[in-house]
Amino acid sequence: MTFWQFMLQNHNEVLELTLEHLWLVGVSIFFAVLIGIPLGILITRWPALNKPILGSANIIQTIPSLALFGFLLPAPWIGARADRLAILALTLYALLPLIRNTYVGIKGVDRSVVEAGRGMGMTNQQLLWQVELPLALGVIIAGVRVATVISVGLATIAAAIGAGGLGEYIFRGLAMVNNQVILAGAIPAALMALLADVSLGWLEKRLSPNINSLSS
Amino acid sequence: MNPAIQFRDVSYRINDTRELLHDLNLEIQSGETLVLLGRSGSGKTTTLKLINHLLTPSAGEITVNGKFTRDWDVIQLRRGIGYVIQDVGLFPHFTIARNIGLVPKIEHWPEARIQSRTKELLQLVGLDSEIAARYPRELSGGQRQRAGVARALAADPPILLMDEPFGALDPITRAELQREFLSLQKRLRKTVVFVTHDLREALLLGTRIAFMEAGRLVTVRTPDDFMQSSEPLIAAYVNAFETSAPRGTS
Repeated sequence: MTFWQFMLQNHNEVLELTLEHLWLVGVSIFFAVLIGIPLGILITRWPALNKPILGSANIIQTIPSLALFGFLLPAPWIGARADRLAILALTLYALLPLIRNTYVGIKGVDRSVVEAGRGMGMTNQQLLWQVELPLALGVIIAGVRVATVISVGLATIAAAIGAGGLGEYIFRGLAMVNNQVILAGAIPAALMALLADVSLGWLEKRLSPNINSLSS
Repeated sequence: MNPAIQFRDVSYRINDTRELLHDLNLEIQSGETLVLLGRSGSGKTTTLKLINHLLTPSAGEITVNGKFTRDWDVIQLRRGIGYVIQDVGLFPHFTIARNIGLVPKIEHWPEARIQSRTKELLQLVGLDSEIAARYPRELSGGQRQRAGVARALAADPPILLMDEPFGALDPITRAELQREFLSLQKRLRKTVVFVTHDLREALLLGTRIAFMEAGRLVTVRTPDDFMQSSEPLIAAYVNAFETSAPRGTS
């Protein structure tokens, strides 16, 4: 049986696992953005928090993913369902690029521009929303892009704890020593990562202030 | 008459060790153009940033319009002071119109009034109205600097702080903008504090020149008196300027 035959015969299951995979990645990136961007902003305001926050995110990133899934198993409520567990772990992994890029993006905004705004009597809130975040947006989206691509790959491992997603095929194929089945999981996952990379890359260019000012 | 801005025994230090400004006493009269002249690191920009409270004095006090800067609501203080800096600080992601209308906008002017004010200002600083829709990057250095002045004047503040506003321009554009500044100031009569290291610019634009060296105010004089001064530091500055000027390094 060739890869294509397998895909055709199991197209319903492939679709289901792909959607599951998308859901795991989408929800965890959503939470990571919700937590990571505010944390990134926070450490530009309180430099003392910079090391503990970036350091923690860094350490999480060094924990092997299978081990992290294992660590989280005994957690109450979260540990009760595999998909919650997977989403928590994926969210934690996605934090570092988001926090770091938000921080670097805001710090990279031309100081003279910020100082001019402050000198004209803009409040901190106005500076953040009207100057710093719009000018850092390209770099922040780049962080979302990196986090998403990493998550698509990592989410395949979530199948090991029964969270579903395209990893199901990869683990099943490994157990059956069947390359077709492995590819049925790996190829859609790779395509998903590629698609996320290209579309977020496009968005990043679109929202970078340099491009903006030249295209209009 | 009360001075518009007054420094009393003002010092500014970073980390309690490096003193950037020592015991400054200075009064700036309403409607005058006071030029802060001196070489890099003499404390000119520090002095300027103390006025709009971008920096907080380590000692002494500053009054703006009869009120201590520490007693002002800092946002209100700054909105009453126009601020122009060398690299302009125009927001790269705002059109020129939005840049100019910034302070009126955050002061919640109605949209129609912001638009008519923007138009008026573009004309005032000699910019074509079609530039309004462009982004700063699409303008020449001189145009950007004009837009910077227009933005500072937007809410009609009585005080204008200018930090080497013409420093990065070519000599011809600079001379043009200096002339226009003079005619504008003749009409508007703002209280202007102007920072420069360019002696010729100081003589041309200032009603008085405050000469600074190593964080200290050496003297305050009218341009005529300034050239006559026998003060060694001034003489050295004037001299250095005259020998370097023919090579065009001013």
